[in-house]
Amino acid sequence: MNTYFHDYLVVFVLVLLGAGIVAGGLGGNRLLRPHRPTREKLTTYECGVDPVGEGWAQSYVRYYVFAYLYVVFAVDAVFLFPWATVFALKGYGPTTLGEMFVFLGFLAAGLAYAAKKKVLSWV
Amino acid sequence: MTTLDVVFVLLGVVAVGAAVLVVTTRQLVHAALWLVVSFGALAGGYLMLTAEFVAWVQVLIYVGAVVVLLLFGIMLTRAPIGRSADLDSGNRWAALAVALATAGVLVTVLVRGFRTAYAPLDVAGQGAAKPLGESVFRIWVLPFEVLSVLLLAALVGAIVLSRREI
Repeated sequence: MNTYFHDYLVVFVLVLLGAGIVAGGLGGNRLLRPHRPTREKLTTYECGVDPVGEGWAQSYVRYYVFAYLYVVFAVDAVFLFPWATVFALKGYGPTTLGEMFVFLGFLAAGLAYAAKKKVLSWV
Repeated sequence: MTTLDVVFVLLGVVAVGAAVLVVTTRQLVHAALWLVVSFGALAGGYLMLTAEFVAWVQVLIYVGAVVVLLLFGIMLTRAPIGRSADLDSGNRWAALAVALATAGVLVTVLVRGFRTAYAPLDVAGQGAAKPLGESVFRIWVLPFEVLSVLLLAALVGAIVLSRREI
């Protein structure tokens, strides 16, 4: 077992511990609390007002573009990490810096297009 | 088999099992949530192969962004809640054939291309961001720049498709 797997074992134990705290809190709560449901208590809590309609509704297609922008810029951010670790090293320098800005430039053009088409304005 | 092998195989079983549930479940939203399990198990598999950067990219892009996109797609189109009876398509045997053929091509390419390629798992930090950055910005610069054009095209396409007045 080398240090890599040892480190991730610690991460795994931490995840289990976190899940245990949440499950223990909710489970302990369930064991200790009284349980007397009524019709009123089981309705959805909506700011103290009786809920109207169902909890499921269609959303506007314009919000899809925000989710899509998130995907594109998540991919973009992913490439920034390896770039940030090497661009200052010997043998990379201004060329690597320029390459990343070409990459970002293309995406910025897409963002400018989105802004021009007023996709980014919140309605 | 070592403990690592066992964990790797178990993660693979979870990934495949969750993927089967994605296409067999009757509830569309559950399909998206099973996809989270499948992608998460895949990320665990990458971690077991010491490809830690790829694993966290899998979590960030697939578990985070792509599943959000899928859930948005479900919310936009049919707004179903509960079971949907009409999920089975008449094309499913054709789909199965295409899926098997694709899997066959991918597995054959991987086996033929990488059968003799071995990477040691006990080198510290080989799957971190730095070796990846060295290889991307030294050797694979052109594909990296082409990727930005692909992302731009996808972005513009999504905007055009979702806005009627353009």
